[in-house]
Amino acid sequence: MKRFDLELAVGIFFLIGIACLAYLSIKLGRMEVIGYKGYAVYAKFSNVGGLKKGASVEIGGVEVGRVKDIKLDPEDYTAVVTFLLNPEVKLPEDSIAAVKTKGLIGEKYVSITPGASERAIQPGGRIRETQPPFDLSDAIGRLIYGSPGK
Amino acid sequence: MLDSAILGIRWIGKTVLFPVRILGRVGLFLATAIFWTFVPPLKVERLIRQINFIGAKSVTIVALTGAFTGMVLTLESYYALERFGADALLGPAVALSMIRELGPVISAFMITARAGSALTAEIGIMRITEQIDALEMMGLNPFRYLIVPNLLAGIISFPLLASLFNVVGIYGGYVVGVKLLGVSSGTFFGEMPQYIDLTEILHGLYKSTTFGLVVTWICCYFGYTTGYGAEGVSKATTRAVVASCVLILVCDYVITSLLF
Amino acid sequence: MIQVIDLHSTLGKQKVLDGVTLKVETGEVLALIGKSGVGKSVLLKHVVALMKGEKGKVLIDGEDITTAKGRKLEELRSRIGFLFQGGALFDSLTLFDNIAFPLREKTKMDEQKIREKVLYELEQVGLKGMEHKFPAELSGGMRKRAALARCMVTAPEIMLFDEPTTGLDPITAHSINDLIKRTHERVCFTGIVVSHEIPDIFFLVDKVAMLHEGKIVAFGTPLEIMRSSHPVVRQFITGGRREMEDVFEPIIEKLEEEFRAKGKCTQEKKDEKV
Repeated sequence: MKRFDLELAVGIFFLIGIACLAYLSIKLGRMEVIGYKGYAVYAKFSNVGGLKKGASVEIGGVEVGRVKDIKLDPEDYTAVVTFLLNPEVKLPEDSIAAVKTKGLIGEKYVSITPGASERAIQPGGRIRETQPPFDLSDAIGRLIYGSPGK
Repeated sequence: MLDSAILGIRWIGKTVLFPVRILGRVGLFLATAIFWTFVPPLKVERLIRQINFIGAKSVTIVALTGAFTGMVLTLESYYALERFGADALLGPAVALSMIRELGPVISAFMITARAGSALTAEIGIMRITEQIDALEMMGLNPFRYLIVPNLLAGIISFPLLASLFNVVGIYGGYVVGVKLLGVSSGTFFGEMPQYIDLTEILHGLYKSTTFGLVVTWICCYFGYTTGYGAEGVSKATTRAVVASCVLILVCDYVITSLLF
Repeated sequence: MIQVIDLHSTLGKQKVLDGVTLKVETGEVLALIGKSGVGKSVLLKHVVALMKGEKGKVLIDGEDITTAKGRKLEELRSRIGFLFQGGALFDSLTLFDNIAFPLREKTKMDEQKIREKVLYELEQVGLKGMEHKFPAELSGGMRKRAALARCMVTAPEIMLFDEPTTGLDPITAHSINDLIKRTHERVCFTGIVVSHEIPDIFFLVDKVAMLHEGKIVAFGTPLEIMRSSHPVVRQFITGGRREMEDVFEPIIEKLEEEFRAKGKCTQEKKDEKV
């Protein structure tokens, strides 16, 4: 009986501990237990300042994918960002991808504005139209020093 | 003249050698323990007992301190963040500090106070009442029976307790932030995943695992090498707790600077 | 047979053993007497290599235990039982588990057999029906008995007793001495008893050795020690009181009687066992 109680206590302790650990890593740490499924498309940005792997990709504020990889194209020095998109979402060819900021100083994410084209981007294809992020410090600088023309 | 100079140099040598000798002994103790960890058979029943003692019985105290740490952290962060109008960052700020720093460290302190001291006292009493000698006389290795189960139980229990501390703390913070201070529940939780990576959680886990090893190692060492009588045990216990707490903070700094 | 040859040992800065030479024949029990703090317990711990001296040998049936390591040391120790001062029972285990412990850990005996053996040993030391108690629930004398049972359960050829009667009242002390004597008659071990119980201890043993300032200053049968003229021995066994001399004669007479009967008994018992 005594031994049984001991094992029960240790068992409960393990369950609690592992449940907490799982909660932290899956819910908060976005650990991908099964792996994020989706198709890859890429886009070239002149500047992706602050965007990280795993950042969300949204259309109209709804998450439709994640940033899978960010690399530099050695030929034209642009940033190549690869996205993994939800297979149910078909992107028109003339969609525009933009790096945006949540709130004033929040996290960077990618927002896609769908185009009107009939043809969808195929897996592995490219989103041609992009917008670099709005650079806060740049804007403040311009505000303070004014444009050189004035 | 020459004599007193030699005496002085001798004194310097002695003061240098003393800590080196102690460090050597403490290190050798760990090396022996690790050696016996890998020599089967492992005493599973002792291990379960020690996990119960170090881990399961610390759940209440860790949950309690976790809740209050999360609550006060939320309160403090809220007043600081509100000045910049950044109260949207309250959730992430609380969660990040809990997971990376406060969870592993404060839970380790609490376990040291509750279980570490008892560990030293127990092993110390076994030493002075010759129970350790009795084990050796039966041809049973005291490291296998006493030290190894404790070290393993520490390594297993500390990360689990730290995770519990974090979750309870974050929910404690939620109660204060959302119910008392009026931050919206969506903001509190919604922003967290943006700021917390798996790396942060692993970072916290490395810390608490290390603390588990260090605390049980130091507490076992002081118990095992306890001096004579009741006074010896009480001294060993005090030293073990103080040394463990200092080492937790030292290791915390070292790990943080290594992982950044 | 236990042989201690020219053993030197230092504790801290103090020289405790300074060339001790001693021999205990198989089947004999030796009483080790001497003032408190003279190093009797230390000597006993050297015999089982729980402490190591800087020089000298300790032979157990001809094999040196001071240099033995690993399996060899384990094997030598398995032949020796050690009754520690406080009993050294494991606090976290019941009496039954304490006594079963060496059997469970070191032998492949099945649980039924262990049960029989443990209960038998408990009965032998007069603790029948106490097997579910914890050491903390027992008196000092009972703990000593239980510890003796734990030693006997592995049937050691050699038994070492570290002050088995210290801290007990005279009646309990006597009963423990009696128990040791009966156990010796039962299994005929080779033994060393560290004790202050003079002259009680003399009725228990075959030989007496006195340790003084790191050396054995007197060695002989209890009768020889009683009649010894060595001043240190004389002072020790009388406790420094002159009037004690008067009660010596009856004790010596009784010892003579006892010794004649016992000497034979031990020999025969040993033969039977072999």
